[in-house]
Amino acid sequence: MNTLPENTLKTRVPQEEVERVVKPALSRYRNEIAKYIVHRSLDCERCGKCLEVCAHGVHERKSGFEYFGEPHHHLCIGPACANNGHYCVAQCPKQALQIRENPMYRALGDFRWSADLVLATWKMAETGEAPSEEYNYDYECGNSGGGFDKLRFKFPKQPPVKLDADQIDTSISLNKRKDGRPEIKIDVPWYGGGMSFGSVSNVTQLSKARAAVAWNTFTCTGEGGYMERMRPYDDHVITQVATGLFGVREETIQRVPIVEFKYAQGAKPGLGGHLLGDKNTPAVARMRETILGISLFSPFPFHSVYSIEDHMKHIDWVKHVNRRALISTKVSTPTDVDMVAVGSYSAGTHIVHIDGGYGGTGAAPDIAKKNIAMPIEYAIGKVHNFLTDEGVRDKVTLIASGGIRSAHDIAKAIALGADGVVVGTAELVALGCVRCSLCASGRGCPRGIATTDPELCGKMDLDWGTQRLVNLYSAWRKTLVGILQRLGLRSVAELRGRTDLLMHLDYTNDLPRGVMTTTNIPSQMEQTTPRGEPAKK
Amino acid sequence: MPEKYHIKTQPVPPRRPRIGKHGVVDWREDCARCHNCVKKACVYDRYKQEADYIRNLSDVDALFFECMGCFSCVQNCTKNILCLSINPAYEKLGNQYWKPDIIKTTWVQAETAKIPVSGAGYRGPFSGLGFDSMWTDMSEIVRPTRDGIHGREYISTSVDLGRKPSYLSLNGTKSVAGLPPLVSIPMPLIIDLSSPAHTLPKLDAAIEQTAGDTGLIAIMDSSYRPADEANLENIAFYLGPDSPPVPDAMLKKTRLVEIADSPAVAERIREIKKIHPQIVVAIRVELTTAGIGRAIELAGQGEVEVIHVVADANGNELMTAQKPRFLKDMIRQIHTTLIEKGVRDEITLMAGGGIALPEHMAKAIICGADLITINLPLLVALECHLCDSCRPGTPCPARLEKIDFKYAVGRMTNLIAAWHDQLIELMGAMGMREARRLRGDVGRAMFFENLEEETFGKLFGARKAGL
Repeated sequence: MNTLPENTLKTRVPQEEVERVVKPALSRYRNEIAKYIVHRSLDCERCGKCLEVCAHGVHERKSGFEYFGEPHHHLCIGPACANNGHYCVAQCPKQALQIRENPMYRALGDFRWSADLVLATWKMAETGEAPSEEYNYDYECGNSGGGFDKLRFKFPKQPPVKLDADQIDTSISLNKRKDGRPEIKIDVPWYGGGMSFGSVSNVTQLSKARAAVAWNTFTCTGEGGYMERMRPYDDHVITQVATGLFGVREETIQRVPIVEFKYAQGAKPGLGGHLLGDKNTPAVARMRETILGISLFSPFPFHSVYSIEDHMKHIDWVKHVNRRALISTKVSTPTDVDMVAVGSYSAGTHIVHIDGGYGGTGAAPDIAKKNIAMPIEYAIGKVHNFLTDEGVRDKVTLIASGGIRSAHDIAKAIALGADGVVVGTAELVALGCVRCSLCASGRGCPRGIATTDPELCGKMDLDWGTQRLVNLYSAWRKTLVGILQRLGLRSVAELRGRTDLLMHLDYTNDLPRGVMTTTNIPSQMEQTTPRGEPAKK
Repeated sequence: MPEKYHIKTQPVPPRRPRIGKHGVVDWREDCARCHNCVKKACVYDRYKQEADYIRNLSDVDALFFECMGCFSCVQNCTKNILCLSINPAYEKLGNQYWKPDIIKTTWVQAETAKIPVSGAGYRGPFSGLGFDSMWTDMSEIVRPTRDGIHGREYISTSVDLGRKPSYLSLNGTKSVAGLPPLVSIPMPLIIDLSSPAHTLPKLDAAIEQTAGDTGLIAIMDSSYRPADEANLENIAFYLGPDSPPVPDAMLKKTRLVEIADSPAVAERIREIKKIHPQIVVAIRVELTTAGIGRAIELAGQGEVEVIHVVADANGNELMTAQKPRFLKDMIRQIHTTLIEKGVRDEITLMAGGGIALPEHMAKAIICGADLITINLPLLVALECHLCDSCRPGTPCPARLEKIDFKYAVGRMTNLIAAWHDQLIELMGAMGMREARRLRGDVGRAMFFENLEEETFGKLFGARKAGL
């Protein structure tokens, strides 16, 4: 970037590269949570038959040892193994082996993030690949019983066009305004959500930034200020101007290619940010220029914005301060989210970012998370259609967030009408989050992700964190490419707004819609099983 | 500006062991006795607390269930001998409608008086039955709130009970003719009679004091005699078909009274007004199949000021052979019919039954009630499990018969304070500054069936029957 406009960036540090290579990044915990438990009884005669038959490496006898070690439970694919000739339980001469479901499995996960989805995300972060089908994880959806979890793609039996994986373009362009500002393209249709320093540790923030560099996408600082250590990744950082204006300076605005105005957050729409006092450690207080240990509430709304015209003034101010920056406007999803989106567009924003009611957060009142504003699944179509009707759909980038958990959710959000998505919780899960919801209180995250406590932060190191996210992104991209291949689409951009490719399990799905192409003639459609997998791939 | 409504609270710890969601099961026989045992590394120091707790154990059936469920010890144990599980006692709390998480969050609020705050996104199902099939709205740039909840403006939660004339009539040319009496309470919540199954005489004095401390009103049976006459302002006697009468002198000190529905309500109201002209009279209408019709019929009658509709404890229609309708839908029907009849402001609508969480209060008001009534949440605040085995001879798991007055008042007051704060959160997000204006404002809510129809109905045809 040697051609930066004058007066935009006074200080610049050399930018760091991060390689886009998948490398194994094993769990940082000794015991992985397993779906099945393998139990070996005292009848075992240590004949080694199980060692021979198991194709998954569950059993292990270290060389020089007579006895078996603890089985690697998490590698076991469970009773499904009975059909493939590798079933140790059936082949054990002494019937000393037993496989049963892990009772602990029930304690993991929740409706939105089922235990299968958590484990599958961990596997993806570990290997960079979608988990092998043998494991039978139900990771395309959660169990929430609505929205994404009830939407399925209608895959044709044969893709209408045969495409190789490398022919498929997953990049999206973030500047559609053609206003002379840089044309920024990201290689994958998602970027990392805003997580402030304070809500998460700096290792987490930097891991996100480095993964964004590797995948040529973005991460966002959140509203807690811009760490100096983030500077080598400036070109892949979005800095947030939120209602609290914590750590926002002209100089930090000048560092980045995208500046985001955060009006509201899906988990607590209409309430403003919230950092509980316990997490306001000396480092955080310094960054946010506040007093140590007090709870930090961001106001709602911006006290300088009471109309779209005021919003425009804000945008003009940032556009003036940073002549190369694109502007993103992050809003939540009220009934009139469509008006908000068009209003933001007319105020000059490049990216409209809508954050649905079930979005993630470091701390929010439970009553707000559950009840305020609509889920993102409804909002995407509403905004997409309204922008289309107003004739501005192709002049603004629509980004959706708030409950996007997997590559399938990403594809569904795009098919509903978004250009791309923002992900947050999924990244934290990749870093080892179990969704215990304890990010808010005390010293913060017991798993060392969403905390600024020096001892807890030490549980994770930067290279590992980076690698986990690079792997997750890689697995997602592969899955996404797979979906596009099966649909016969050459790019994610072609998928946008293709609601004709979707079906909803709670509906009759019998409306004649759109142009009949080979991809959506019902007779050529294959019914999907309730779990959303085609009867046969 | 009037003084800000504020409820004084202080933490009231539970009497009984907390029933948490998670517990760690520990297979000690394989333990390697590591020096750096994971138990020492618990971020919440629960193992130490558990040991201390067991050492001082006074109750035989009391287990320690305060594990936070982070899996850290389970995943780090060298011998892999720890296992996290869901506490079966937790899963047994409550019932189909009063789910364990409702009971749990009520306990926490009764203890701390704080708004429950947690990290990570919403964990529950996409939508659900009853109140879970609607979302409240929020204000955004194009329809901004002047100021959020932490702002300088006062969000008022006061509501008035009584008739609100739609125009003023003048006596001759000068003075305004006598305005009907109004009762103002600082929050749209009234404490209802306990259902016979959950009545505990010992509780009444505590309920009376809670109403007094919070400035709200508690509906009490007419046989009840307050411990403190100063609280009479905060008591509304319920006069059932065969309740004993309340002495006139005592009735005169109250502001609200509730009577059972009967064909002779108009007469009954006149009798009461003769004794105490400034009193507001509410009529209790059970939401049976005929309940909605009856509420609408009553609203047309000149004497009727307040109608109190009551569904069953789970918010369902009473005594119906069909699939019962839910409170929210019944309120909407009554409210819209009254608007069509042009009598909505002639009466105040109180709604009770099935209000289990503070969001239900806001949602019932959005659907058209002026205020709501509760009783079970206050019982749950006292650590009731809603186990429904309140029979003589069956021990109460919460030992409710042993509660003391200060504890009960403290817990119930804390719960009401937490509900009040959460109502303000929702109203702040909606950009509403007046609970009175929230009534019937369905524009500040989004209903599941409408959103589905607008979004997915257009794309995917009809919603399958039976869902």
